[in-house]
Amino acid sequence: MGLALATPLRRRIPPPALTLAGAACAAVVAVPLVYLAIVIGDHPDAAWEALWRERTARLIGRSLLLAAAVSLSASVLALTLAWLTVRTDLPGRRLWSVLVVLPFVIPSYIGAYLFVSALGPGGVIAQTSWIFGFWGAWLVLTLFTYPLVLLPVRAALRRLDPALEEAARGMGRRPFVVFATVVVPQLIPALGAGALLAIAYSLADFGAVSILRFDSFTRVIYQSYKASFDRTGAAALAALLVVVIVLVVIAERRIRGDRGRTRVSPGVARAATPVALGRWTVPALLFCGLVVAVALVIPVATLIVWSGRAFAGDPDWGRLLAAAGRSLATAGLAAGAAVLVALPIALLSARHPGRISRVLDTVAQTGYVLPGLVVALALVFVGTRVAPWAYQTLGIVVFALVVHFLPLALGSMRTALLQVPRSVEEAGRNAGRGPLAVWATITAPLAMGGTLAGAALVFLTTVKELPTLILLAPTGYETLATRIWSQSTVSAFEAGALPALLLLAVSAPPLFLLAAKER
Amino acid sequence: MRKYLLPLLLVLPLATTVAACGDDEGNPNALTVYSGRNEDLVGPLLERFEKESGVDLEVRYADTAELAATIREEGANSPADVFFGQDAGALGALAKEQLTAPLAQSQLGKVDERFRSPAGAWVGTSARARVIAYDSREYQDADLPQSVFDLTQPAWKGKVGWAPTNGSFQAFVTAMRKIAGEDRAKAWLEGMRANGVKTFDSNIAIRDAIAAGEIDLGLINHYYVLEAKAQEGDDYPVDVHFTKAGDPGSLVNVAGVAVLKSSEKQADAAKLVDFLLATEAQKFFAEETKEYPVADGVAAPAGVPPLADLEQPDIDLSDLDDLAGTLELIESSGAL
Repeated sequence: MGLALATPLRRRIPPPALTLAGAACAAVVAVPLVYLAIVIGDHPDAAWEALWRERTARLIGRSLLLAAAVSLSASVLALTLAWLTVRTDLPGRRLWSVLVVLPFVIPSYIGAYLFVSALGPGGVIAQTSWIFGFWGAWLVLTLFTYPLVLLPVRAALRRLDPALEEAARGMGRRPFVVFATVVVPQLIPALGAGALLAIAYSLADFGAVSILRFDSFTRVIYQSYKASFDRTGAAALAALLVVVIVLVVIAERRIRGDRGRTRVSPGVARAATPVALGRWTVPALLFCGLVVAVALVIPVATLIVWSGRAFAGDPDWGRLLAAAGRSLATAGLAAGAAVLVALPIALLSARHPGRISRVLDTVAQTGYVLPGLVVALALVFVGTRVAPWAYQTLGIVVFALVVHFLPLALGSMRTALLQVPRSVEEAGRNAGRGPLAVWATITAPLAMGGTLAGAALVFLTTVKELPTLILLAPTGYETLATRIWSQSTVSAFEAGALPALLLLAVSAPPLFLLAAKER
Repeated sequence: MRKYLLPLLLVLPLATTVAACGDDEGNPNALTVYSGRNEDLVGPLLERFEKESGVDLEVRYADTAELAATIREEGANSPADVFFGQDAGALGALAKEQLTAPLAQSQLGKVDERFRSPAGAWVGTSARARVIAYDSREYQDADLPQSVFDLTQPAWKGKVGWAPTNGSFQAFVTAMRKIAGEDRAKAWLEGMRANGVKTFDSNIAIRDAIAAGEIDLGLINHYYVLEAKAQEGDDYPVDVHFTKAGDPGSLVNVAGVAVLKSSEKQADAAKLVDFLLATEAQKFFAEETKEYPVADGVAAPAGVPPLADLEQPDIDLSDLDDLAGTLELIESSGAL
């Protein structure tokens, strides 16, 4: 028997140094929470008034409905694509496995704009009105967030011992049934982590919902700032958003329960025998093709067409390339820092589950659900008062990005650590190696896939992040995302197409590294 | 390969960072400007100021409202010396927080009091008028309505475009609420919808739709048409129409500037304000951005009536900061 289901985890008390490190990392993430508390504490009555309206209940309902719908459809899409690209003989699956992740590099505001251009009033492909509101927001967010689920699920699937599913197939069960009944239950930790990210992304997204005119939480928070300069009301709503995500995190943990399934042996996953798709090959190809066409090819082709004019107009390449370099540097630093900060929390929650690790893990999730503007303003507030020497430096930008996007690294890393068998670590200890040596030679290499997936997610998200960069970066520190913003606000949106294309190009290398690494 | 990946991913950006940071050396004597006006529009003007005054500028470009919120969070520690904003609401919000330093009478005196803060907390630097842009192949100025309220009549069914997500449109609706009252503003929004108004996501899209013959009229700012005429020539088939005096359809809004109370460079900041109100900058606005100059003596851009001939609805521009109420109204009418 190669798999022990629901291995009881020994709830040892974590080493104090690790707890301390974890607490320090979680404290970093709690900065926006402190800020919200201060702002609300200044005018508690106004905050209460902003919340205590009939509108607030409707807002919660609407936003949660959208988030649930997006995470459900993104999970289904991600599971199907993960299985097709990992476990089957799908022709060209190496290429597909890269292509199906790529839509994630398209910022949601650009994606939404492209869909409105294609399907909205005066649309190029069709003229519809459903693109505005719930269905449009659902479609666009699903298409550009499913990679958030796909990456951790696929990393987990590759590390999964195929013995059990092969046994099930050997007993004559059909591949799809095996997948649904044998594989999916083992993927639940990764799926839960990914779905949580999709939910948080949908709750926090501003770009897509504002272009698609879906009145979500975030949009109301932005309006509070931008339309009435009311920071107390905005803070109150943001705090409510934090409460909502904490409840969702707790619910996800309940559902996941004790399913931290651990493969006992062997130490390294054996390559699975691919499932022959047979007559399903063509439908499977069509399915992948459709997803890639809608979420990647059409948007990119549109951007290329729009860039045509910019090419002809002799763009300032030096400036664009410098911006690309800064995008690369910022996102790379943020990815590295996020992995380092996530590590103690991921170790605690994978190895020493208990009240402490649960609290730290929950705190770490809160930054992601806050709109970028709120995180940025929190760092403005705290930065100018606590660390004026660091204010408007690259340091505070990276700090803010880690606060905001830590859960992206955390989910993948925790899942990866959960999949490293304890028995292998213990064997190492029994062989006389110290805990650090075991960690360095056994745990870290085995958890590398998930860690890289986490780092890549952070990179791909931060490279397109806007408010944090605009408000906190050193003056004149122009990145591709800020260039898109400044060009598309002064004239038509199309003017930002060239930097948008470069943004996709900058995002490609980490994706290819990731895909190569997945072999 | 595998074991080198993570170190590589960490080292690569570090190397690029060092390279990228090298060119951004801060100058402690520079005047810091938070500009809600776009770099492509005002960048060249600010460069001229640097050359002529010898004062170095560090300009942070971002969204006007986001910068106002940032300055507010920074409070007394704000690195900003000057705020150059796109609309009066944001300037008014900073003034209400008492973050601005009073401007000199010599500066305020240059600008009509309609276009500056009554308390002298900020001053307008250029103005934009709301207009009805129209297809000049189909209509003459005299064919067009005297008031935006007339656009709900059957004659204009399905012929008008608007952009309810646009900030200038929303400021116009705020003005309409102040001038005509909530009920009439709401009835107008609903009437426009019932009359088949077409929704666009920007002023430019509306202008282009008129030029393409897709719609006949559009509610936009005057300079979009003047810009297109400057590029495409005078036979560009879109013209601007101003509604009658006091009608919200021809609201004039401003971009403006304020000096922050926390700034330790008040003298240099005053130089920048002087520069923005002087003839050279005012001409720049008229010629380059096709806005209305607001300081004495500089003529309006060709193709629009002088500012003095437009009778501004009776309204204090600082009061246009109640956009939240406007958004609720626009949303409840179903237009958003």
